[in-house]
Amino acid sequence: MDEINGFAYILGDDINTDDIVPSHTLTMRDPHEMAKCTLEFIDSQFVKEINKGNIIVAGENFGTGSSREEAVNVFKILGIKAIIAKSFARIYFRNLINVGIPGITLNKWNEKTFSKGDKLEISLDKGVIFNKTKNVKVEFAKIPEFLTKILNEGGIINQLKKKLSK
Amino acid sequence: MSKTVAEKILLEHSDLKEISPGQFVECDIDLIMVHEQLGGRIHKEYEKLGIDYVWDPNKIFFILDHWVPAPTISAAQMHQDCRAFAEKYNFIHNIGMDKGICHQVLPEMGFSRPGMLIVGSDSHTTTYGAFNCLSTGIGATDVSVVFATGKLWFKVPESYKINFVGELNKGVMSKDIILKIIGDITTKGAIYKSLEFHGIDSLSIDGRMTISNMVVEAGAKFGVFLSDNKLESWIQKRSKEEYNIIHPDKEAIYEKTLEYNLSEIIPMVAKPSSPGNADEIENVEGIEIDQAFLGSCTNGRIEDLRIAAKILKGKSINPKTRFIITPASKEVYITAMKEGLLDIFINAGAVVTHSTCGACIGGHMGVLGEGEVCISSTNRNFVGRMGAASSQVYLASPATVTASAIYGKITDPREVL
Ligand code: SF4
Repeated sequence: MDEINGFAYILGDDINTDDIVPSHTLTMRDPHEMAKCTLEFIDSQFVKEINKGNIIVAGENFGTGSSREEAVNVFKILGIKAIIAKSFARIYFRNLINVGIPGITLNKWNEKTFSKGDKLEISLDKGVIFNKTKNVKVEFAKIPEFLTKILNEGGIINQLKKKLSK
Repeated sequence: MSKTVAEKILLEHSDLKEISPGQFVECDIDLIMVHEQLGGRIHKEYEKLGIDYVWDPNKIFFILDHWVPAPTISAAQMHQDCRAFAEKYNFIHNIGMDKGICHQVLPEMGFSRPGMLIVGSDSHTTTYGAFNCLSTGIGATDVSVVFATGKLWFKVPESYKINFVGELNKGVMSKDIILKIIGDITTKGAIYKSLEFHGIDSLSIDGRMTISNMVVEAGAKFGVFLSDNKLESWIQKRSKEEYNIIHPDKEAIYEKTLEYNLSEIIPMVAKPSSPGNADEIENVEGIEIDQAFLGSCTNGRIEDLRIAAKILKGKSINPKTRFIITPASKEVYITAMKEGLLDIFINAGAVVTHSTCGACIGGHMGVLGEGEVCISSTNRNFVGRMGAASSQVYLASPATVTASAIYGKITDPREVL
């Protein structure tokens, strides 16, 4: 998993797990039904506007709240390839990596760096995001090797499956 | 090298000789708690591994608490999936749906003891830190990893030392302390950190649990208390197992040290829609409420019910206000019954429910309608957490919740005690 290409979708600070998957959806048995409710209380346009291949760009403390991994899985179902945030909540970050979606921490960014619909190219190996629309490059702290291995194997379940079959 | 409690416990559970903050380590897990998430994502992820065993059926604590008894068909089906999984893999501690909320029942049954490393499929697993052990929440795939291997990776956290001095005044509770701390350090102020609590002797075990429960609202990974006689006698009453008390080294390194004089803490309220939105009671007094809720893994314990009964005795709740009381466990429920607290609640006009997460998660038994306002003893007041997206939740202590139920508006409990 090196280059990731997609379009930016901007979200704010403190997007919590209840925002992403409201509690009432948690007993739904079909994850695709649940995905249709993603962010419904705070951004009713999200599901309509999100196209396959998108990259979320968010503020501080992304994914704060519950351990519900559904809050990562719905993004996977909706085709989100990476999430860039100023900071991540701990459990959420683990869940992202475990499920195989890169979580990229970028302490600072503003509207000059990213806006909605910008075409982005992310190099995980180099630790660089290239905003093709704005023609700007930003560097981020590379994801530690320990975690990159999990991402490269398509998530921790795949990694473990391989180990167990050895 | 000198170590904090978190560093010591992680080191003891790894096969390394030395560890330091920032390092990735693989640790042996002593106990894993799972609830309805088992029938949500966990069983689906686990089946992908294609193995027909779990690493140790004796180290899994499985309970149903979020939606019990099942309020909908889909919740009932989720329970069916959970039970089938527990049976298939021969879970030994299959606790069922009648005992109460996970974070209350597990400690009551003596499963959380000093020195342990515990994980759970719930973010408020941090609660067990009150028992001088390390405990934290994980997602469904991490649970699957533990089920299969008994191990999990951790990043060794930096620690904050939080030192308490003095004692709380009448009408002020440990909930007020933790709301104050989260307000001060913000909801992102302790991301990935271990909070280590010192100066704890004046706090009850119930009160410590409330604090550890909510450290995750500041982003923390652990919220661990030191040990004392109070804790040891509590544990000895509930468990025959050995335990290993962990003290930090004198020279342990803390990234930050904070001190709180408990006698200066006043009733706090977290305004909608963040637990970090803390304010002093005088700034929110008088806000009208439709519902008051006393319950949850944060504040549904016997100490909480006792103070509620003390405030309510001989009074009635406001006729326009609904007061819902959900004891955190069957044990708490029975104790409250024997002490006559339930009589006081019911006669005052409150609704007392079976022990469940229920209203806390907007699941059942107290869901909020459009535009309704609730004062709640729970830990999260996110948009739509307890019902409609337009409803609003104020988080407060059991004393403040009860005083507010009497007047139908947010009320300072010190005025009615
Ligand atoms: S009572 Fe509320 S916060 Fe506690 S485990 Fe249940 S849903 Fe979660």
